[in-house]
Amino acid sequence: MLWKEIERLERDLNPWREFERMQKHLRQLQKEIDRIFSNGEFPVSGEYPPINIWTNGEGAIVTAELPGVSPEDVEITVVGKRLTIQGRRKADEVQEGVRYHFKERWDGEFTRNVELPFNINADAVEAKFTKGILVINLPRAEEDKPRKIAVESA
Amino acid sequence: MPEVTKEVQKKDERTLQKKETRRRISPDVDVIEKNEEFVLIADMPGVDEKGLDLTLEKDILIIRGETSVEIPEEYRLRHSEYSEGRYERRFTLSQEIDRDRIKATIKNGVLRIVLPKADTAKIKKIEVTSE
Repeated sequence: MLWKEIERLERDLNPWREFERMQKHLRQLQKEIDRIFSNGEFPVSGEYPPINIWTNGEGAIVTAELPGVSPEDVEITVVGKRLTIQGRRKADEVQEGVRYHFKERWDGEFTRNVELPFNINADAVEAKFTKGILVINLPRAEEDKPRKIAVESA
Repeated sequence: MPEVTKEVQKKDERTLQKKETRRRISPDVDVIEKNEEFVLIADMPGVDEKGLDLTLEKDILIIRGETSVEIPEEYRLRHSEYSEGRYERRFTLSQEIDRDRIKATIKNGVLRIVLPKADTAKIKKIEVTSE
């Protein structure tokens, strides 16, 4: 009985065991991610605004930095897997007799396309502006979600 | 009492250290000079008045801002073109700015600071009279 206890103690104390356990979890997680997104790449086009893409099994959240842009100057369209963000960032009103010491802020028209790895449920898409960041919630289409198939007995 | 102060200090250092680990971003700015004032406009998406910190140390205006945009925890970042973090940028103010009348507002992630010129710095028309 005693050696068994020691073995357990050793197992608990072995730092590599914990490390291996974590690695195993990470591998599983990676597999899960790879399964959902074939290679983890999102085909995107356009440069402005910069975007971040967040995902989970239920859908994606796309955030875009659009400081100072009003909601009426942005148009969001969704077709199949594709999200399009279009709009205009207006320049400040330039009055006569003013002089620019710095002019780094961008203005103009923009278009960005993002291809998600799943069909988007267009009716459930929600978008809002918060502190100059556009947050778009894109749920995965129901028919795209994995389904359980009931097996009937003969 | 001194011990309490010490503890507060320690705590401050800790929060400071935590903040230090976030990435520092230099915001894009426009600086416009008008007749009566300078206007500094800075893009700081993700920052509101709570995350904003403006200080004037002698001649240096320091703009700092912490981004805070919440994404539900179960989501993972899979593609990133911008990073959240800490904005910081410094500007040296010239003598012609009236330090007591500086005003700032932040709206939709855009900071706007109005820096009025001191009376002496405003352009004055000099009348020329003939003898």
